[in-house]
Amino acid sequence: MQEIINRAKELLADGTVARVLGWRIGDLPYNPEPSYFETAEDLEKNFVYDGFCGANLSKYMIEGSKLEGKTLVFLKPCDTYSFNQLIKENRVDREKAYIIGVGCKGKLDVEKIKAQGIKGILSISGAEIEGDAETLTVNTLYGDKTVAYKDAMLERCHVCKGKEHMIFDEEIGESKDTKDADRFAEVEKIEAMKPEEKFAYFQKELSKCIRCNACRNVCPACSCRKCVFDSTKFDSAQKANADSFEEKMFHIIRAFHVAGRCTDCGECSRVCPQGIPLHLFNRKFIKDIDEFYGDYQAGADAESKGPLTSFTFGDVEPGVTGGRR
Amino acid sequence: MQRIGVFVCHCGSNIAATVDVKKVVEMARLEPGVVHAEDYQYMCSEVGQAKIAAAIHEKHLTGVVVCSCSPRMHEATFRKAAEKAGLNPYMVEIANIREHCSWIHKNIEEATEKAVILARAAIAKVNLNAPLKAGESRVTKRALVIGGGIAGIQTALDIADAGYEVDIVEKTPSIGGRMSQLDKTFPTLDCSACILTPKMVEASAHEKINIYTYSEVEKVTGFVGDFTVDIRKKARSVDMTKCTGCGVCQEKCPSKKAPSEFNRGLNNRSAIYTPFAQAIPNVPVIDREHCIKFKTGKCGLCEKVCQAGAIDYTQKDEIITEKYGAIVVATGFDTIKLDKYDEYAYSQSKDVITSLELERIMNAAGPTKGHLERLSDGKPPKNMVFIQCVGSRCSDNRGKSYCSKICCMYTAKHAMLIRDKYPDVNVTVFYIDVRTPGKNFDEFYRRAVEDYGVNYIKGQVGKVAPQPNGQLLVQGVDLIDNKQILMEADMVVLATAIEPDPSVRKIATMLTASIDTNNFLTEAHAKLRPVESPTAGVFLSGVCQGPKDIPETVAQAGAAAVKAIGLLAKDKLMTNPCTAKSDELLCNGCSQCANVCPYGAISYETKLINDHGIREERRVAVVNNALCQGCGACTVTCPSGAMDLQGFSNRQILAEVDAICR
Repeated sequence: MQEIINRAKELLADGTVARVLGWRIGDLPYNPEPSYFETAEDLEKNFVYDGFCGANLSKYMIEGSKLEGKTLVFLKPCDTYSFNQLIKENRVDREKAYIIGVGCKGKLDVEKIKAQGIKGILSISGAEIEGDAETLTVNTLYGDKTVAYKDAMLERCHVCKGKEHMIFDEEIGESKDTKDADRFAEVEKIEAMKPEEKFAYFQKELSKCIRCNACRNVCPACSCRKCVFDSTKFDSAQKANADSFEEKMFHIIRAFHVAGRCTDCGECSRVCPQGIPLHLFNRKFIKDIDEFYGDYQAGADAESKGPLTSFTFGDVEPGVTGGRR
Repeated sequence: MQRIGVFVCHCGSNIAATVDVKKVVEMARLEPGVVHAEDYQYMCSEVGQAKIAAAIHEKHLTGVVVCSCSPRMHEATFRKAAEKAGLNPYMVEIANIREHCSWIHKNIEEATEKAVILARAAIAKVNLNAPLKAGESRVTKRALVIGGGIAGIQTALDIADAGYEVDIVEKTPSIGGRMSQLDKTFPTLDCSACILTPKMVEASAHEKINIYTYSEVEKVTGFVGDFTVDIRKKARSVDMTKCTGCGVCQEKCPSKKAPSEFNRGLNNRSAIYTPFAQAIPNVPVIDREHCIKFKTGKCGLCEKVCQAGAIDYTQKDEIITEKYGAIVVATGFDTIKLDKYDEYAYSQSKDVITSLELERIMNAAGPTKGHLERLSDGKPPKNMVFIQCVGSRCSDNRGKSYCSKICCMYTAKHAMLIRDKYPDVNVTVFYIDVRTPGKNFDEFYRRAVEDYGVNYIKGQVGKVAPQPNGQLLVQGVDLIDNKQILMEADMVVLATAIEPDPSVRKIATMLTASIDTNNFLTEAHAKLRPVESPTAGVFLSGVCQGPKDIPETVAQAGAAAVKAIGLLAKDKLMTNPCTAKSDELLCNGCSQCANVCPYGAISYETKLINDHGIREERRVAVVNNALCQGCGACTVTCPSGAMDLQGFSNRQILAEVDAICR
C-alpha cells in the first residue's frame, strides 16, 4: 500500500495529475469509501488499499473527466473492463485519466464474515494485499476469530476475470486469479426451474428491494446523464413504485438497459443492502449473448462494437429460429 | 386535450358479423378526449369519408381514430380524407379491428371486447399525437436490377425502353440465369436458348442498359428514390475491353477439372471459362481456385495464347458506387439440396438425377451432347422413373411446405420429349397430384398421357435402391389400385423442389426487404401489391417472390418494371415524417444508436448545453431526417430514452400498452 501512496504523491508533486481518485479509510474497518485526494498529507493519512476496497472507481471518472487536469485513478483488473466500456461509450476521457493498475488478490465481503456467526467486529487483519492472503483474523468484542480469506471473498471474485489489467499507464502490485467457480452455474440453476418456480424465486428476491437505487448509482453501465427512472419525460418513473409487480419492472428494465454493456463487475450485488443477487439478471443476458453471438466480454477493449449494437450476416436470429449457436 | 372522433367501420359483415360495432361506438364515447363516435357500413367509401370530413368540421376534431381494417390497407385513404378536411394527416390513427380481431375470432362477446380495447389503445395514442409534416426528397432516374436471369433481363428491357438507365448486376460470368440451362420450354416446346438468347443480346446491346456480370451487390444505403449501392466487380482476370471471345484460352487451359456450374457439375470445365457458348458477355473469367497460375505461379498458358493480350492476372476486385432511384430484385432460384432425402439414393447413384440435371443431359450443348444416357455407364436407359414433389409439399421439415409449381409441367415435358425421341423407353411418373392450371397446360399433360403413353401412377416412392447389376430398384405405392409397386429402372429423375437463391438473404438484409420463412421476398400486399416489397423503392421480379414458370416470370418482370418506371417518372417524393429525433438534453453521446442505425442517419456533434444551470460541452446525437427511415432501432437501443420516434414515441406506445392492460 505504501508503494501506491508514494507513487501517487510523486505524480501529484510533479504535476502529472491534479488529484488522486482512490479509497479513503471509512468509519468502520471494512468500509473504505471512494474519494478524491489532492494533497500528500491527505494521502498519507487517509488513503487505504486492502481487501475491502471492492469499489470500482471507473464510474467516478465520468465526473473526473470534466475536471481540470488529469486524475490519477486506481483500477483493479476487473475495474479496467468497466473503464474500457466507458471509453467506448464516450463517457470518460482517456486523456484525462492516469491509470495505475493495482494488484488484487480477491476482494472481501463483510456479509460473508458475519454470515459465519461473527459479531461485534472491531478490526480485521490479514486483508492487506501483501502476502498470500490466506487467513483473516477478526478482532471482535468477543475475542479473536479466524476466517479463511477465500470463504470471505465476494461472489464475483470466485468467478474472477483474471489478473490482467485491460488498460493502464502503469501497474503496481501482484494480482491473483481467484476463479474457483463456474460463472454461469447459478444462472443454469434458474434456467432449469419451471416457470412458476422461477417466478417464485424472483418474487422472493426482488420483494426485498427497497428502491434505494444503490445498484443503479454504483453501476458503471448506468451512467446516463438522466436516468429514465428519474426523468419526468417518461412514464417509467411510476413503473418503479414498490408494489409487488413494479419493483420487478425496475430491475428488469435496468437489466435490459445494461445488456451487452455490463462487464459483470458485480458492483450491483456488492452494494445491495438487501443482499439481492442482482448480478444474476445481467449474467443471464451475458450467457445468452455468448450463446447467440459467441463469447463476448464487454470492456475487453475500448473499440469494438458489442454484439447487440452490431450486425453480421452470420448472426443467429433468435426470434426466427429460437436457436442457439 | 385533443378533440377526438372515433369512426367504427362495419366492413359489410367482415367486422359487423363478429364485432358489436354499436357497442364499440358506445364504449369509445367514454374514453378521454373523445367528442364524437359513430359507425358506418363502409368507412372507406365516399360516403364514409364524407362522414369523417363532416365531423372534423362540425365538432372541430383535432384527432381521428378509425376502427377498421389493417392500416396497411386504408391508413393512407383515411389520412388523405382527413387532410382534405383540414386536419394534419398524422392526427389519424387506425385501430385494426378486422385482421387483428373480427377475422380471427368467432365469439361475438370476446371479439367485441377486444375491438373496444384496440379502439381504446388507438385513442390513447391519438391523445399524444402531434401534427407532423412530410419533407421532400429527390429521385435518381436510374434503376438497378439484381439478377440477370429472364426476370432481370425482361425488367431491365422494359425499364430501359421507357427511357431510363438500368444497371443489371449478375453474380455469375454471364447473364441468362436458370432459363439458359433449360433445353425446351413448356407448353409449346420452344427451344429455351432460341427464345432467350435474343433477349440477352437485346439487353446487352441496349444503349440504356449497362450489365455488370461476375459482380455482386456489396452495400446498399439510402432510401426510395435515392439509393447508393456499392457493386463489387469481381476480378475477371481478363480485360473485357481487349478480349475478342475467340475461346482459344479455354481450349488450351490445362486445368480442366473444375466442375461446370452451368452443367450442374455433370462434367468439368477449364479454369478459364465462359459458362456456355452463347454467354453474354462472351468474355471468359479465370476461376482462381482452379487456375494453376494462381495456385502455383507456373503455367500462364492462356496469357501466351491470347492474341489480344487480354489476360491480366493482376486484376483486382473493383468497387463501383452508383446511385439509383429504384431497385428490382430478380435473384431467382436454385434446387434444394437432397442430403435429407437418402431414400432416393441421389448421392449413391449417378443414375439418380434432378430434373435440372436432366435438362442439361437432354441439351445438345450438355455433358452428353443431348444423348439420353446413364451417367454411370453411358448406356441408353430402357426404363425411366420420374418422382414428383421431392422436397415440395413436404409435411415434415426436411423439405418445403409449398408446391414448387413448375414440376408437374416440366415432368410432363420431359416424359413427352423422351417418349417422342426414344419411343422404346418406358416412362413412369409417380405423383401426389398433377397440377396443371394455366393456358394450354392441362392439354399438354393429357398429351403426355394419351398420345405419348406416359405411365402416370398416383402414389409416392418410398425407396430407390441401387442394385449390384447397376439397376435401380424403385419401391413405390399405387394409391388408386391400392398396391405396392416394385420396379426396376435405369434412371430415376427427381422433381426437386426449388427454393430462392441463397444469395437473396444477404440482399434482402441489405435492402431491409422482408422475406418469409422460406426465404421468398414478401410482397407489400399479397393480392394488391404483388410486385412491390414493403420496403419503398424495392420491387420483386421472378421466383425470388414465389415459385413461378417462365410466362409468369416475364409477366411479373414487366409489372415490376412498370412500378419502377412509375417511381422514376417522379421528380420528387414526399418523405416519411415519422423519423427519429434526439433529445439533446438527455443524450449521453454513447454512440449506440449510431452503431445500430442501418441507414447511417445518425451523426454526432459537440454542442454547448445549458441544462438546469449546468453549462458544458456535450457530444450529442443528431439525426439526418432525409436518411432516417423511422425503423426505431435507435429508440430501443438508447438507454437514456433520448432517442424517440416521431409518430411512434415511447410515450405513445406505452400509452397504448397501458390502455390495453387497463
